[in-house]
Amino acid sequence: MALMETTPDTLSAEPVPAAKPQGYWAGVAARLVRDPLTMLCAGMILALILAAIFAPWLGLADPYKGSMIARLKPLGTEGHPLGTDEQGRDMLARLIYGGRLTLFIGLMPVVTAFFLGSALGIVAGYVGGLTNTVIMRTVDVFFAFPSVLLAIAISGALGAGIVNSLVSLTIVFIPPITRVAEAVTSGVRALDYIDAARATGASAWTVIRVHVIGNVLSPIFVYATSLTSVCMILAAGLSFLGIGVRPPEPEWGLMLNTLRSAIYVNPWLSALPGVMIFVTSLCLNLLSDGLRSAMNVRD
Amino acid sequence: MLTYLLRRLILVLPVAFGVSVICFLLVQIAPGDPLTAIMPVDATAEEQSAMRAAYGLDKPLPVQYAIWIGNLVQGDMGKSIATGRPVAAEVFGAVQNSLLLAVSAAVIAFPIGIFLGFLAGYFRDIWIDRAVTAVSIAGVSVPNYWLGIVLVIIFSVNLGWLPSMGAGPGGSSEWQWNWLHMRHLILPAVTLAVVPIGIVARTVRALAGDILTQDFVQALYAKGMSRADVLRHVARNAAATALSVMGLQLGYLLGGSILIETVFNWPGSGFLLSNAIFQRDLPLLQGTILVLALFFVAMNLIVDVAQAAIDPRIQRT
Repeated sequence: MALMETTPDTLSAEPVPAAKPQGYWAGVAARLVRDPLTMLCAGMILALILAAIFAPWLGLADPYKGSMIARLKPLGTEGHPLGTDEQGRDMLARLIYGGRLTLFIGLMPVVTAFFLGSALGIVAGYVGGLTNTVIMRTVDVFFAFPSVLLAIAISGALGAGIVNSLVSLTIVFIPPITRVAEAVTSGVRALDYIDAARATGASAWTVIRVHVIGNVLSPIFVYATSLTSVCMILAAGLSFLGIGVRPPEPEWGLMLNTLRSAIYVNPWLSALPGVMIFVTSLCLNLLSDGLRSAMNVRD
Repeated sequence: MLTYLLRRLILVLPVAFGVSVICFLLVQIAPGDPLTAIMPVDATAEEQSAMRAAYGLDKPLPVQYAIWIGNLVQGDMGKSIATGRPVAAEVFGAVQNSLLLAVSAAVIAFPIGIFLGFLAGYFRDIWIDRAVTAVSIAGVSVPNYWLGIVLVIIFSVNLGWLPSMGAGPGGSSEWQWNWLHMRHLILPAVTLAVVPIGIVARTVRALAGDILTQDFVQALYAKGMSRADVLRHVARNAAATALSVMGLQLGYLLGGSILIETVFNWPGSGFLLSNAIFQRDLPLLQGTILVLALFFVAMNLIVDVAQAAIDPRIQRT
């Protein structure tokens, strides 16, 4: 039916402007907008990031100022909508300020590892030979450690601190990204158009820059986004163990740790920081799944 | 099959070597002098260099590594700085407790994960599938150390049904197979099981869904085979891959239980590790991580070999 109705138009003498073919990114954007769950999760993450950045202008209580008489107030207390922690500090303020360090340490390592791991993997996959063997066999060794164990081992040896957490988590996430980048790149490397480009005399760097990167970055990117949730949980976990962020900084994992002693006094209050970690990691996972299907990446 | 086994065994050696190098380097990246923890503050420079020589710390790094690995293959992993006991004894005692916890979690997680995943794969794209997918995404997203605290709040603080700490009554670390001890195992094992439930369910769902759309399933139905028999064929097709995912998960459970062991004061390797970190007991830290990593390497090897043994589609050369 639809075809029949359009025939008169195409037959008419008036010139019809050719429809502009939809580009890849326009298609991705269109698919994302039609995916309410992914949009909701993206909105949540964006809101958390914005709240963390603009926390000082939100009219919150001082997240560092405690009070001996107002300790462990329950949820819904006058002036403290989410209660107060074990030192009488406002929970709402600490949870929002806590997003700063938690999100930074939870996301930054994956971003850094995305660049370093992609570079290593693309070089290994494109150059092949001995370079590939050296890079990939080193990566294999890191795969012998479960990620939690590796993060705790490096952080434990280096000691607590924000920079040390960033370093150890980055080291944890470089090998998996390198492995994916290498696999995708060696797949692309075997295609005819790469041989054609090389036959024209283009240097390896030019071929990688012009022909390889554009074709391998999407799958690597989608894979990296799937690691953000694990990284968040691990980053907060390091602080929970006491080898991440140091007190009195507000950070969700650390808050969960210090509030553990209060589970007999005010149990649900002490579970709040964990709710933040859970919600964030859930949103990151769903967002990554949404991106994967919108960008048509198959595993 | 024998050649395959030998080849895989030989491939493990460089990885094991790399693992030992990383564990050795862990102590080197630690800030501060490893001796400060054991030397008195007023030790003279001579006493310090004597101690340095006694521990072999005055030699170049490759020599130190050679000495360390030489002792290691004889089962000597050094002495704990905090307790003075041999690291090997401390680690193997703790690993037994961790293994108990990891295997219990696996016993809970794998059947549930397989059942949920199969259900979702079979009833693809209807509410059952969506419910299982939601459960598995929640399972892989939950910070399990927080879930442990929530379970303690519900079952220990509010209901008072189960203990929240330790591996036995009165903080005993000697495990016995009786109800008094097993009560202590329930909460940590359930907590630890949540993540693998999510992962196994997700894997089995994808596997079952893929296999059910293959032509041979249609052919089996077409020749009049009963539904149960067809599902048996599907299960056999999925078994090898599912088994390898579960084997890796068991390895992750052992290496990744440190946070849960801390939450529940479970006297396992993770608990030992966090003690080692806070007392800056570097030989103990090194030894624990080495044993856990080598266990994970062995687990990977077993999974590969088992997969090749049961799946005729895998090349065994």
